[in-house]
Amino acid sequence: MRSPRALVGGSPAAAHEITFDGRELPALPGQSIAAVLWSAGVLAWRTTREGGAPRGAFCGIGSCYDCLVTVNGRPNQRACLVPARPGDSVTTQEGTGRADLAV
Amino acid sequence: MSERASAAGPAPAGAGPVDLAVVGAGPAGLAAAVTAAGLGLRVTLLDAGDRPGGQFYRHPAPGLGAARPEALHHGWAQFATREAALRAHESAGRITYLPLHHVWTIVPGGAAGDRRGHAAPATEWILHAVAGHAPEERAATVTARAVLIATGAYERQLPFPGWTLPGVVGAGGAQAMLKAGLVLPGRRVVVAGSGPLLLAVAGSLAAAGAVVPAVVEAAAYTAYAGRVPALLRNPGKLVEAATYGGALARHHVRLLTRHAVTEAHGTDRVEAVTVARLDRDWRPLPGTGRRIPCDALAVGHGLVPQLELATGLGCATRTGPDGTVALVLDAEQRTSVPGIWSAGETGGIGGAQLALTEGELAAHSIAGALPGSRLTRGRARLRAFADAMAAAHRPGEGWTGWLRDDAVVCRCEEVSAGRIREAVGDLGARDARSVKLLTRAGMGWCQGRMCGPAVAALAGEEPVPDRRPLSCPVPLRHLAELPCAEH
Repeated sequence: MRSPRALVGGSPAAAHEITFDGRELPALPGQSIAAVLWSAGVLAWRTTREGGAPRGAFCGIGSCYDCLVTVNGRPNQRACLVPARPGDSVTTQEGTGRADLAV
Repeated sequence: MSERASAAGPAPAGAGPVDLAVVGAGPAGLAAAVTAAGLGLRVTLLDAGDRPGGQFYRHPAPGLGAARPEALHHGWAQFATREAALRAHESAGRITYLPLHHVWTIVPGGAAGDRRGHAAPATEWILHAVAGHAPEERAATVTARAVLIATGAYERQLPFPGWTLPGVVGAGGAQAMLKAGLVLPGRRVVVAGSGPLLLAVAGSLAAAGAVVPAVVEAAAYTAYAGRVPALLRNPGKLVEAATYGGALARHHVRLLTRHAVTEAHGTDRVEAVTVARLDRDWRPLPGTGRRIPCDALAVGHGLVPQLELATGLGCATRTGPDGTVALVLDAEQRTSVPGIWSAGETGGIGGAQLALTEGELAAHSIAGALPGSRLTRGRARLRAFADAMAAAHRPGEGWTGWLRDDAVVCRCEEVSAGRIREAVGDLGARDARSVKLLTRAGMGWCQGRMCGPAVAALAGEEPVPDRRPLSCPVPLRHLAELPCAEH
């Protein structure tokens, strides 16, 4: 069966794990957080401020800011740019991601 | 080396300006940096990415162990030789390569910097960058006698109902995620929009295992018929097109020209798209819509030059044949600001081959060396082809016919087409800036990068040059650390 990895003859170093909303996901070394989520079939990881609509990666190169996500408690990180590091805790970001400030 | 950890901190002893700072390590910037170093200049190459290559030569992270990265690329050897040259120049101390350095502004330094507002050309430039990933990001500066801006482009998007659904991704975005992370947005991916990138994207998605039911191209390829001389002078480009065509045929991908995706359907993610026939002006023809089931849509309508660093310096711009704003450049790739050169997509969308040529041309100009006729003739030939292609894929005015009033136009601020039409029709807005002030369209995180062309079209205005004083988010503490301006 064709796959991206087969196409380039990839033999990745050992996978590590991150969590997304508490669920453990395998991550290959060097993949961005967005790539890890896509490979797990997850396409949405935040909701918009006004309409609460689901969003994920769109432009894939850091221009559109649609893929903002909370990483290790820090909101508004661009998932398509941030590399997934072992043990990262990624959580769905709602609205501005600053609900903890209660403003 | 002239980089230092903080703009406010002292420069290391003996550090002076480098001869040339290159912003962007894509085809243009990489070619320029290695050529300039070969001509004897001391070069610092800054790039927002973590590996050289830019968006075109984006490739898997080393940890993914790709034995055949070239399988995702056209013309990989041209990158590989330049990357090898970069590493050799780095080892020899001729190039300082700074990955993960996002330059957010360039300002005059030296004598001209002290006399801001006076006519004297700057003798050196200070580049301010955000370096590294959050939360460890830090400020970095580079001082250089000349600057080459090779910041490339991002994708042009024309909105349609449903384009904010998860699973609807940029065509270039799907390609970027595949090249770097070896991932796909879905198993059944419709590719739509306009421009030659669509064929490359569809080919690589299919080769990587996706089913691509159709490539939906809004332009008609017969538009090239009026440009035969430019085509015939570029046999290499025709071979490239034939290669993509062959790949699509092999994977049983249908090519629908003069068609567009006019709506994406789904609740939590895309489940199907409506594809409709267009008239010559890209107006959807009533009654021609049909649904194609899919779990992803990769969509894009060409590319937009990324110009904020250049326009921030006052570089002159022009409108290209594709309707996007690009820099005015002379025969040696100089911008209108002395000391600032540019190469690649910033001078008008033209592809990697042209970017490589322009980067080498600029390096010769900056080094005061004769470029040779191979470069000058190559640029003229490739630019003619690029202009023919740009004209063929320029969006027709009728595309707004598929933009229902309830469709989101500004993704960040969630502004609908209806609200923008109200600002234009009822409140008298005549340009994108007035629309922004009345509706917040273009005021969000992306600063109008995604909705800019659409808002301008709805306001009845030609796109205007980007004016964004910061080209990426900058921590406030970095701004606070900057030395005070002298008055």
